[in-house]
Amino acid sequence: MKILTEHIDVPNIDTIDVFMKHGGYSAVKKAIKKMTPDEVTEEVKKSGLRGRGGAGFPVGMKWSFLAKPEGVPRYLVCNADESEPGTFKDHYLMWKSPHTLIEGMIVSSFALGANTSYIYVRGELMYVINILEKAIQEAYDKGLLGKNILGSGYDLDLFVQPGGGAYICGEETALLESLEGKRGNPRNKPPFPAVKGLWQCPTVVNNVESIAATSWIVNNGGDAYAAIGVGRSTGTKLISASGHIKKPGVYEIPLGITVEDFIYSDEWCGGIRDGHKLKAVVAGGSSVPILPAELILTTAAGEKRLMTYESLSDGGFISGTMLGSGGFVVMDETACIVHNTLTFAKFYHHESCGQCSPCREGTGWMDKVLNRIEHGQGRKEDIDLLVDVAKKIEGNTICPLGDAASWPVAAAIRHFRDEFEWHIEHPELATKPGAVFMRKGASWTK
Amino acid sequence: MKVTIDNITLEVEPGTTIMQAARMIGPEVAPPAMCYYEPLKGSGGKCRACLVKVTAGSEKDPRPMPKLVPACITAVQDGMIVENTVNEDVLETRKGIVEFLLLNHPLDCPVCDQAGECHLQDFSFEHGVSSTRTVEERNTFEPTDLGPNIQLNMNRCILCYRCVYTADQITDGRVHGVMHRGDHAEISTYIEKAIDNDFSGNVIDVCPVGALTDKTYRFKSRVWFSKPVDAHCECEKCSGKATIWYKGDEVIRVTGRKNMWGEVTDFICNGCRFDKKKTSDWVIEGPTNVSRHSVISANKYGANLIKPAFPVLQAARDYKQINDDRDRSFLGIQPALPKSKKK
Ligand SMILES: Cc1cc2nc3c(=O)[nH]c(=O)nc-3n(C[C@H](O)[C@H](O)[C@H](O)COP(=O)(O)O)c2cc1C
Ligand code: SF4
Ligand code: SF4
Ligand code: FES
Repeated sequence: MKILTEHIDVPNIDTIDVFMKHGGYSAVKKAIKKMTPDEVTEEVKKSGLRGRGGAGFPVGMKWSFLAKPEGVPRYLVCNADESEPGTFKDHYLMWKSPHTLIEGMIVSSFALGANTSYIYVRGELMYVINILEKAIQEAYDKGLLGKNILGSGYDLDLFVQPGGGAYICGEETALLESLEGKRGNPRNKPPFPAVKGLWQCPTVVNNVESIAATSWIVNNGGDAYAAIGVGRSTGTKLISASGHIKKPGVYEIPLGITVEDFIYSDEWCGGIRDGHKLKAVVAGGSSVPILPAELILTTAAGEKRLMTYESLSDGGFISGTMLGSGGFVVMDETACIVHNTLTFAKFYHHESCGQCSPCREGTGWMDKVLNRIEHGQGRKEDIDLLVDVAKKIEGNTICPLGDAASWPVAAAIRHFRDEFEWHIEHPELATKPGAVFMRKGASWTK
Repeated sequence: MKVTIDNITLEVEPGTTIMQAARMIGPEVAPPAMCYYEPLKGSGGKCRACLVKVTAGSEKDPRPMPKLVPACITAVQDGMIVENTVNEDVLETRKGIVEFLLLNHPLDCPVCDQAGECHLQDFSFEHGVSSTRTVEERNTFEPTDLGPNIQLNMNRCILCYRCVYTADQITDGRVHGVMHRGDHAEISTYIEKAIDNDFSGNVIDVCPVGALTDKTYRFKSRVWFSKPVDAHCECEKCSGKATIWYKGDEVIRVTGRKNMWGEVTDFICNGCRFDKKKTSDWVIEGPTNVSRHSVISANKYGANLIKPAFPVLQAARDYKQINDDRDRSFLGIQPALPKSKKK
């Protein structure tokens, strides 16, 4: 079942004529001509679509929270900052099929009553920005954007804004600051963007994939979307698969397939590269807890783990993880967990905006301690120190970057403590190039 | 609206923050504030020193809040119950905040002009622990001048943004801000441009630490050897209300007047601050009211205001707490005394 990527390999699908030949922009016509904004919102609510940017908050519900005071403009902002290590799905979608996003932007803006909308794109993706600009121009030329769209009286202007190259600008309030031309520091909440967002006006911020999915929902109905998936995980999800698998890439999966299927079936990742075994998976982008092979394939209760929000988080942070933004990083037994954790810690140290003291200082501290451990200068007490520093950051910061920085460290130690100990106790072995700890009797299979 | 903080209930206006309500009760229950500065619009929420536990959100919705909340920017709800000094979680988290703020702090108090009136010293004395867990090298920056009268020592900065809000408030074209991110962020006046504004000196007063200091006062005296006196002058630019600091007969420094929370509510101009260094420039009102707990009051207004027994007892207590089991093996020194065996 493909919703977003059905036509993605059609040649020239990035041009509006080819896109329309394959049914593109039918949702705009249907929504604007035959539906009211509230009806669109209602379908999105029925679909059960959840935010694809990481937190998984129901999109329809978020829309219904939008304040609608008289005479105040409202905005829709598409979060295309995608900078989470391991996640590269929005990039792929916008690059291959920009009109899929633009169609969703028009439908969603209509539902929210926004007359100006923005796509905030990660600054490094200049070529994608050019693709989007060209596609937007085509939509203007066809009367799908601008004044009086399709003669309906509804006006919408759509702008693309390149970011400045900061992961933190993916956090929605930092994004809004940046969009306003300021330093991208996250805001204190409340007030939430739904009440005071862009230029202090009510604003909805949604991920590329969330917005793109709304066109299909308008065309086929919320119930049809909700029929795909399991429980509260409805529809399809783009997964960016990378690491030691045979077929890395972006896959659109129906939510609800098993993790095992996703890793080993030829339809998706195609299994672990030859001669190697699965050791660990980071299932939802660098921010989510890493899980060892045995816990990613089955839950602690012994059930098969599914690619759904609920199943992946089964067991909480003790034995579970999160679907997050769908950055699925697979590691085989040659991967060093300490090294990997250090890489993530370095990233968060580099990307913390530095506003609040726990995150600013804590991310740097964890980076430095992990760096010592990696380079054979770890001390016995460092492991507990890391756990404590992570604990003191978590929940005490302005934005969730603090949590995102502490979870990977805490989880790596939770599940691979022996590997950290080995680094500290045997620096002479651990610092040899390519040396990796092997757990005795490790159950890493296949 | 009714709010209860540390088991003390009071009535406040809607819109009051937890911090403001706690300050109405008094310093014993007021959470520490390292970034919040009431006169500066937009300040607060950053340092996380003021995190408190809300055990009941409001009368209507008495559920506890899941996370600790910053007292300085959280508005009270009717019937809210807040725990500050009586909550273990809060105190433990606060220890962590002290530790974070000191992590890259140079601890160069012996050569820092702020020592003695430094909020970070007070904060770590009251809420921190006496040992350190870090062995990492500290981040360092070169000191820079912001114009002729102000020095920035970025090593000491805790990125509270108070000076940034001050600059925002006093100037139209903002030139003073923050560059870079994270623990490598720097206060800057973009392209080294001096803040040539008549009120720029106020950034010195709002700075909780010794990151922004007065160059005309540099190394003139330890603050506890000088004597603050309230005074005013005729000034076209500002209210002229200041505190002037004497060492002997000499005026060595002029600052704004600080209230009991260390906040200046009346900004003074650079003329008053940097140039009026003669008694004849001022009309003296009388000695500044200094808290008797402050080191500034030491050796000044009569004997025995600080009970000598107290610091001795405190030092003795803290001495016992010093963690002497720290691993010094990397120094290559043998312990001088064999450890006594526990029975
Ligand atoms: C540090 C940080 C980075 C984030 N980066 C992104 C991002 O690149 N793209 C994204 O869609 N959401 C990102 N988010 C989540 C957004 O804050 C926000 O929740 C999301 O855009 C909402 O859209 P959704 O409800 O459609 O998922 C990030 C959050 C944090 C805390
Ligand atoms: S948690 Fe980190 S990134 Fe988020 S506001 Fe605080 S310092 Fe900035
Ligand atoms: S220089 Fe001082 S006032 Fe400015 S951010 Fe740093 S600590 Fe705060
Ligand atoms: S004083 Fe409240 S966060 Fe700094």
